[in-house]
Amino acid sequence: MNIASAIASTDCLVPQPLRIARIRRESADVSTFELAPASAFVFAAGQFNMLYAFGLGEVAISISGDPDRADRVTHTVRAVGAVSTALARLRRDMVIGVRGPFGSSWPLAESEGSDIVIVAGGLGLAPLRPAIYAVLARRKRYGRIVLLYGARGPSDILFRRELETWRRRLDVDIAVTVDHATADWRGNVGVVPALIGRAAFDPDHSVAMLCGPEIMMRFTIDALAERGMTAERIWLSMERNMKCAVGLCGHCQFGPAFVCRDGPVFRFDRIASWFKVREI
Amino acid sequence: MQGLERIVLAHPFFAGLGDKFGQAISGCARNLRFAAGDYLFREGEAANEFYLIRHGAVALEIHAPGRAPIVIASLGEGDILDASWLVPPYRWSFDARAIDLVRALGVDAKCLRDKCEADHDLGYELMKRFVGAMGERLRAARMQALDLYGKRG
Repeated sequence: MNIASAIASTDCLVPQPLRIARIRRESADVSTFELAPASAFVFAAGQFNMLYAFGLGEVAISISGDPDRADRVTHTVRAVGAVSTALARLRRDMVIGVRGPFGSSWPLAESEGSDIVIVAGGLGLAPLRPAIYAVLARRKRYGRIVLLYGARGPSDILFRRELETWRRRLDVDIAVTVDHATADWRGNVGVVPALIGRAAFDPDHSVAMLCGPEIMMRFTIDALAERGMTAERIWLSMERNMKCAVGLCGHCQFGPAFVCRDGPVFRFDRIASWFKVREI
Repeated sequence: MQGLERIVLAHPFFAGLGDKFGQAISGCARNLRFAAGDYLFREGEAANEFYLIRHGAVALEIHAPGRAPIVIASLGEGDILDASWLVPPYRWSFDARAIDLVRALGVDAKCLRDKCEADHDLGYELMKRFVGAMGERLRAARMQALDLYGKRG
């Protein structure tokens, strides 16, 4: 949506009340909310909504559900600030205000025929989950699919049941690592960029999709570059403080771009020169 | 080329090392096997040997009183374990436990240190590889220490 049409249309600035149909607790401070839209809710994998905790304010949250399901609007929320903590306290059948969907999406159509390397850190798996659903639903259109996921500890692993289901498939390579664990954890301990070197993909014919803390993404990009992957094959979802979500207010400015309007999903070569600028 | 030398040179850590150095290292090496749950070494023990993991996974652990051991890293096929053998006091600073069946090459530390003293080209070649591997571990440890996925992550 461009600025002129955003100004012309007030719809995108008015939250729609959506009922919470289901809540799933993912970890101690992360829950997934399934909202029931009054009509079909169409979005592209990677987009976000502005969620309004009535009386408190809005927060930008990526859509974490299946883009092929228009009957649900799914968000995975971590209780970290005033608004997200208020959202986390809501119960089934209560109402959330929703504006969206906004922003750019993962390059799923452009990536057909390529290997797909999905690298997520922490809550960064949530914005990537719609892409995973979409890719797996059209599995034959892609080459190898690699999912590398890093979490803080075993109890912080998101979407555990789905990860286990996907891992049972014979056509997806999944590696999960945690930063810290006790001795009863039999999985990997270490950082997610360290998994890149062992992952099976062809760097010349792959597309990487990254989401997580920016430090993690910086090191992941370095590791992908070491494997020979070029910047135009790397896409990442950026996070900035968003207010209007339609490119009007400038809160989410990132160099010449607005993350809400031009992102949150960017091709890395288009923002590479800004990525390591400390002031932004 | 002897069997052990072939195995040494096939390990990713020694990729491209060359026959001469491969022969020197294999002269100090032996094949080892650890069952799941076996400790390759414990914190404080003398680092008389270092290991090249060929198969399986190893957890590096630190014990703390009154709580379960903390796993600080896990290593797998193609990794090395570790650098305590290189510098005094030649003691391990953590435990290493086989998570599943582990096949490894064990390299006698003193034997290899002596060869490095006698042949500084070998010593320098090994030092470059170990410094690179330790640098990677240090970067990873720093990232872990940042607690990136904590509340501010």
